[in-house]
Amino acid sequence: MAMTATQAEPFRPSMLIYDTRYRSLTFQVIALVAVLTFFGWIVHNTVANLAALGKTFDFGFLEQRAGYDINQHLIPYTNDSTHARAAVVGILNTLLVAFLGCITATVLGIFMGVLRLSPNWLIGRLASVYVETFRNVPVLLWILALMAIITDTFPAPAAFRGDNASASMLAGGTVAFTNRGAYVPWPVFGPGWQAVAIVFALSLAAVWAFGRWAHARQEATGATLPTFWIKLGLLVLPALLVDSLIGAITWTVPELKRFNFEGGGFVDKSLIALWFALALYTGAFIAEIVRSGIQAVARGQSEAAAALGLRPGRIMSLVVLPQALRVIIPPLISQYLNLTKNSSLAIVVGYADVRATLGGITMNQTGRELECMILMMGFYLLISLTISTVMNMYNASVALKER
Amino acid sequence: MHKGILLGALAGMAFAAGAASAATLDDVKARGVLKCGVNAGLAGFAAPDSSGRWKGFDVDYCRALAAAIFGDQEKIDFTPTTTETRFTALVSGEIDVLARNSTWTFTRDVDLKLDFVAVNYYDGQGFMVSKDLGVSSAKELDGATVCIQTGTTTELNLADFFKTNGISYQPVPIQTEAEARQQFLGGACDAYTTDASGLAAARSGYPNPENYIILPEIISKEPLGPVVRHGDNQWADIARWTFYALVEAEELGITKANLDEMKSSQNPEIRRLLGVEGDLGKMFGLSPDWAYNAIKANGNFGEIFAASIGEGTPSNLARGLNAQWKDGGLMYAPPFR
Repeated sequence: MAMTATQAEPFRPSMLIYDTRYRSLTFQVIALVAVLTFFGWIVHNTVANLAALGKTFDFGFLEQRAGYDINQHLIPYTNDSTHARAAVVGILNTLLVAFLGCITATVLGIFMGVLRLSPNWLIGRLASVYVETFRNVPVLLWILALMAIITDTFPAPAAFRGDNASASMLAGGTVAFTNRGAYVPWPVFGPGWQAVAIVFALSLAAVWAFGRWAHARQEATGATLPTFWIKLGLLVLPALLVDSLIGAITWTVPELKRFNFEGGGFVDKSLIALWFALALYTGAFIAEIVRSGIQAVARGQSEAAAALGLRPGRIMSLVVLPQALRVIIPPLISQYLNLTKNSSLAIVVGYADVRATLGGITMNQTGRELECMILMMGFYLLISLTISTVMNMYNASVALKER
Repeated sequence: MHKGILLGALAGMAFAAGAASAATLDDVKARGVLKCGVNAGLAGFAAPDSSGRWKGFDVDYCRALAAAIFGDQEKIDFTPTTTETRFTALVSGEIDVLARNSTWTFTRDVDLKLDFVAVNYYDGQGFMVSKDLGVSSAKELDGATVCIQTGTTTELNLADFFKTNGISYQPVPIQTEAEARQQFLGGACDAYTTDASGLAAARSGYPNPENYIILPEIISKEPLGPVVRHGDNQWADIARWTFYALVEAEELGITKANLDEMKSSQNPEIRRLLGVEGDLGKMFGLSPDWAYNAIKANGNFGEIFAASIGEGTPSNLARGLNAQWKDGGLMYAPPFR
């Protein structure tokens, strides 16, 4: 019998199913054919339907004049610009709110995550209340709620007018919070601003060099310096000094005109509402991630650090958090991705993100639904993959080095 | 054998995909209900009343169309659409006809593959401001914050108007009438711009309508009308002539009340319209009394106008351009013969 088993059998079609050597291959081929057929059908269906509607598939509309205005543009844009430029304006607005949101959410999340573990009962419970309220209510509602709060509770610009105005500007008459957004002082870069910028860049380098030197000195002698204040001084003072000498950078302050404040910078309320709603919502998730990361660090670590005489704040920042980061980073990546994708909810508050320009007005005015959707999906895919790549690189740098 | 089934199934699916945009009338009849896309809530034009029944100028047109097809104006489903979703909903086949204050423009007609079947309201874009602002002309709005419904022709007109007059503005894009109300009444925008009829309708729902004025400038032509998909001429004809039947009925003096006596009228035009004589309905696949049913639903064009947006209603709009041609307006039905 053993002899017959090793003999080469002639191939029969039934072996494709009954012979384990071929079976897996058979099913893979079937699966592949099914998948290809499915996608082929989808493409064919789309082409057939487009043809039935007499529509073509092309991206030429991107070069046409957009014709509409956008309330927040980080690059120069007028209604004479092209649809492609409007899309770029939207992309930059998406990136802006995603960037601001990620930073704020991280700071808030770490802060709240640490507070949640506080031995102080009240502080611990307050942090719990924050986490549970924000992560258990849909982010869309938070965005709408913040928008409604700004619209209904802040004064209209008209309230700042007159001798007995019901609202007044803050910070010495330079900042105004209205139900349209915040009007703030804004720098104007006059001739010679490059000199200030160069000095500032040199300051940055000096701060970095000083940090290294102070660290090496502490390693060698054990003596510490008030590095924070010295670094701050190094960073700010030279640039301020140069600027005060040549007067390159001046500030414009918002002033109340016929309808609105003019001059200065304007932060639209839709940006504020979206930014803080996303940050508060995602911050609640990050707080939980931070808490679990801290709790994953063995208790012996902090006890050992305490035995060495470190203060609680230092134990957290020097011993526990660096180790916790290894647990924190991977789930943090998906929170950043979530926040970026959730920013497309901007539509409900009229924030001009890429969904509102390319996927909203442009799509509506040109009727190129398929093209716009493909472009938008491509953009979100690209940005998500970029965030994940960068964060994975960071993760690799903090991961446990096994030697 | 197996291959044959697979190919057959694929071919079937492909055919189903291709056939989606063919004879809309057959689809509607098979479904037993007309799907009409309307405004998600604009008092007077399309809004559900306190008992949830859709009412308004555009709604009544859709009901007349359902009545023309089925003889029953209740065989209808209303789909609320936003300015941004309306054309996509129509083109994708989610709705059969769109009656949602949509402006007839060249690109929409030609490039978006839509067919505007008629103009049921001649409108123009205007501005509404609070009286407290002391503004009497739209040209004084330099630097103002303007609320605007996004995805509309108003957006482009607004950009053009401010550019032509060399003044600036800050746009606040909004999605729905409800959002516009919150922003505008809250003082978050100085002016609200949309079609003048829409402004009047919106103002009628404000707590103190007398505190708001509509500025005299009308900055665009906005012929609003029902829309169908391009490529189904039979369906477009039904949608078009049902509307004109309502207009013709007003011109001939046929009202909801005297409809049945009019059937015995000796006027051949009335007899042809009401299907007593000839067979106009059969020519596009409907019953001979299609127009009778359409008028019976909510009356003729004038009655619908008066009941939903006319003088005395909260919107309080004069007929103006929308009067019959004999009365100096632009409503003119081609002959039914």
